[in-house]
Amino acid sequence: MLILDFLHYEFILRALITGSFIALVCSLLGVLLVLRRFSLIGDGLAHVTFGSVAIGLLLKQHPVYISIPIVMLSSLGILKLTEKARLYGDAAIGIISSLGIAGGILIASIAGGFNVDLFSYLFGNILAISEAEVLASIALSFVVLVIILLFYNEHFSTTFDEEFAKVSGINTKKINSMLVLLTGITVVLAMKVVGIMLTSALLILPAVTALQIAKSFKHAMVISSIIAIASVSIGIYFSLMLNLPTGATIVMINLLTFITAFLFRNALQRMR
Amino acid sequence: MNILSVEGLNFRYNSLEVLSDITFGVETGDYVGLVGPNGSGKTTLIKIILGLMKPRKGNFSIFGVNSWKFQDWHRVGYLPQRTLFNPFFPATVKEIVSLGLSSMKFRKELHKPEEPMIDEAMRLMDVLDIKSKLIGDLSGGQLQRVLAARALVNEPELLILDEPTTAFDPETREKFFRTLQELNHNKKVTVILVTHDIGSIGKFASKLLYLDKRIIFYGSFENFCSSADMGSYFGEFAQHLICHRHD
Repeated sequence: MLILDFLHYEFILRALITGSFIALVCSLLGVLLVLRRFSLIGDGLAHVTFGSVAIGLLLKQHPVYISIPIVMLSSLGILKLTEKARLYGDAAIGIISSLGIAGGILIASIAGGFNVDLFSYLFGNILAISEAEVLASIALSFVVLVIILLFYNEHFSTTFDEEFAKVSGINTKKINSMLVLLTGITVVLAMKVVGIMLTSALLILPAVTALQIAKSFKHAMVISSIIAIASVSIGIYFSLMLNLPTGATIVMINLLTFITAFLFRNALQRMR
Repeated sequence: MNILSVEGLNFRYNSLEVLSDITFGVETGDYVGLVGPNGSGKTTLIKIILGLMKPRKGNFSIFGVNSWKFQDWHRVGYLPQRTLFNPFFPATVKEIVSLGLSSMKFRKELHKPEEPMIDEAMRLMDVLDIKSKLIGDLSGGQLQRVLAARALVNEPELLILDEPTTAFDPETREKFFRTLQELNHNKKVTVILVTHDIGSIGKFASKLLYLDKRIIFYGSFENFCSSADMGSYFGEFAQHLICHRHD
């Protein structure tokens, strides 16, 4: 089946559009998070998403709408722990992450298990995304994208040198809070694309691939975005062609791109 | 007019007293050499002035505005002692210099194009020809000049430099000091320069602030050289050496 033939199916088109939007915001945030050595926040918040999905299923509410405020609060919790409790970022992420998983397991146990539903969130299923979820995902991705672009200089400055950013008049506390809150929203959205278990891959892999070959910060942002969107599109195509799980295929395509970029950079260095 | 006034400033790290009863003023157009031994509180004082640390006691104002109300940080340029950054950070020289213009408040108030300002700062610090290079590919001296250009790009009225020349070779150091002197003379940029090198600062600075947890001396070089108190504090030989270099 040709690529164009796939586009005749509405569910594939929906998956491609939603996946591309979410991948785009993941890739931009990913560059900032990786450069701040804070990339595992995606993993930690994904674990919180597991707990909040369990709450949503218990309350018979849509898990995405329950998850967004809980994950946003948790992202601020991670930031406050690093600021106030004299913890490094990885320890703060570990605390919130284990809280999310333990909470999710307890709720699932109390409710007597949620069978298939919880698994669809753990491993993602972008091909089964509903029209309402498409609209919500695009709208939220668009908001995240506009905020990143509007505060591009502030994020760049704070990421490179937070002390200098403060002295040049940037409210770095606000910028840091903004970054973790946007990451929180994005992690919840990415859950549908690749699942809770693989969300951090969408944040980290396009960014680290771009960092292998980028010639400037702007270049890194652009390359990361292109790789993320291409990986989602190619991943969806191959998962349909080979009857593989979509989320895992997208992550594998991302991983292959990273390995290619790594080898390409090394070959280039050897040639010089 | 005092561009910076510090009054009764005290600072402690836990129980260790770092700064005690610091009072001084810097006037527009001054070039102050802030000197003192290791651990004398020079960098702490700079960080308090820049709002990066909070003093335990004391008041200070910048451009006549109480420090806690001060918002116009774009009027201040800062070159830190050392910047610990990721060597794989994918930023070009030009991008790093442009960070000096990254405050949204400043960009809104700036009524001229940013590109010529960035080019001029890079020209002043002699990094224009490497503007497209990644910062990870630079030598220590080149990187320090890039960070100096970042401090100058917003055309600051007050420039605070914390040991800026440690990575420079003697020729670059001389050139850097001459550029600062030109900015101070021609554009009336007020300079506060932290250095260990009390011998060479006398060639450029109009005032000397000697700090050792408290102010040991603050005033003109002429007063420093003629002060009998300083002669007995440093020893007459050391005082002569400093003052001789100044002449």
